Amino acid sequence: MGMFERLMALDRRWVYLILGLAVMAGVKARIIIPIPISQEARRIHGFVDSLQAGDAIHLAMDYDPSVMAELQPMTLAFLKQCFEKRIRVVVSSLHQFGPALAAGALDTAVARHFERTGERIENGVDYVFLGYKPYPALIILGMGQNYRIPFPNDYYNVPLDDLPMMRDIKNYDDVKAVINISGTSATDWWISYGNGRYGIPLAIGVTGVMATDYYPYLQTGQIFGILGGLEGAAQYEMLVNTPGPAVEGMSVQMIAHAIIILFIIVGNVAYFARRKSLPQGSGSV
Amino acid sequence: MKRQLPIIIIFILGVFMVFQYHIPHETSEFFYEFIALDWPPIIGMFALTLGIISLVRVSITRVRQRQDNWQYSIVTLVALTTIMAAGFIDTRGADAPPVRWMFDNMIIPVSSTMFSLLAFFIASAAYRAFRARSVLATILLVSAVIVMLRFFPLGPLTDPESELSRWILTVPNLAAKRAIIIGVGLGIVSTALKVVLGIERSFLGRD
Repeated sequence: MGMFERLMALDRRWVYLILGLAVMAGVKARIIIPIPISQEARRIHGFVDSLQAGDAIHLAMDYDPSVMAELQPMTLAFLKQCFEKRIRVVVSSLHQFGPALAAGALDTAVARHFERTGERIENGVDYVFLGYKPYPALIILGMGQNYRIPFPNDYYNVPLDDLPMMRDIKNYDDVKAVINISGTSATDWWISYGNGRYGIPLAIGVTGVMATDYYPYLQTGQIFGILGGLEGAAQYEMLVNTPGPAVEGMSVQMIAHAIIILFIIVGNVAYFARRKSLPQGSGSV
Repeated sequence: MKRQLPIIIIFILGVFMVFQYHIPHETSEFFYEFIALDWPPIIGMFALTLGIISLVRVSITRVRQRQDNWQYSIVTLVALTTIMAAGFIDTRGADAPPVRWMFDNMIIPVSSTMFSLLAFFIASAAYRAFRARSVLATILLVSAVIVMLRFFPLGPLTDPESELSRWILTVPNLAAKRAIIIGVGLGIVSTALKVVLGIERSFLGRD
């Protein structure tokens, strides 16, 4: 068996091993690569930056732990910006595993803000966490009428009417935009019902594999910004001047992509070399 | 009547939801709250109960009969009962310490691991199947490489490379996606109309 035949028949476990070792080396090396900021990320950051202290925004965290490596840094960077600008945040989750992640993200963002500034961010005053309810489309439509319809109480079982922040917030008319950070089809519902039915300005942060699906909505103006995967999270971390796990992870992702590109090149070189060495008319290789 | 009643219910509710969507009046909001928000969770609870009973029965049968991979059924049953027991002992939901512990130490690592395996499968698939066998396959391959290269610091080529990958995402990708989205949308509308008007009845079964 020649070299090209051996390459063509390479056991997939070698591929796994090489990629695994490369990723581990990337994590260990901690290389920081330059992160170009996209227009879509700038638009979201610019929008939040243009809001006044006391304005409210809705953060919909519709993801589960499988995609938290990409989306949790996005959430933390976004919350940092809101808390620094004293923008009030209504947080909801339409994924059953979302509340635990959302509660964790809020605790982390509040603690980090206190460490940085010494200011306290209070639940019920600066943010409200509504928790989780099933059936995303119905909940999004319900919140458009009145947050109290699907969520009479918040996540901690306090009636919404007892929370100071919610006194002047009835529905989407009272928040400036919805930022949907999602690893699920809840994004489609937010576009169809949140933006389509109620016209609320919408921006999204989605996983890398989902991002390409939502570019058409960007061009039509149904969403005003998009953060795609770890790259989007890293861009937002840069925009809020807090390089964190997403920026660090970009080098690892770059190494993984380099390995994949290398595999593609090697696979094709072997494929064409073997095809060339075969007599014509001997069939496909 | 067995077939007519469900069709009548679907027609009435389907028409109601269409009108409700376009009429944000208090009365329609009341009915929306009553019908759309209260009923699905109730029906969902029955479906959930049915699902749990079915899962337990299938798992017990598999263990009893020592079917293939029966050991995994024991794991399923233990996980199911443990999480349910934790929820009943401490009713604070996801904040209850036992539930929180299981979430942080089991669900998060397992979910993250499952998703990260995707990278290995993509690498393997890229090596074994991503071949420039035809013009279309070559276009796909070159586009994928250009989009992946946008993360790389390429010196003077960084900006043109970023622009090119952005063009791929916002022009050809967008055109194809839009065609798919519009096609799916029209399909959803026509299927919904057929169901509401009673033309599509396969969901009722044969009896």
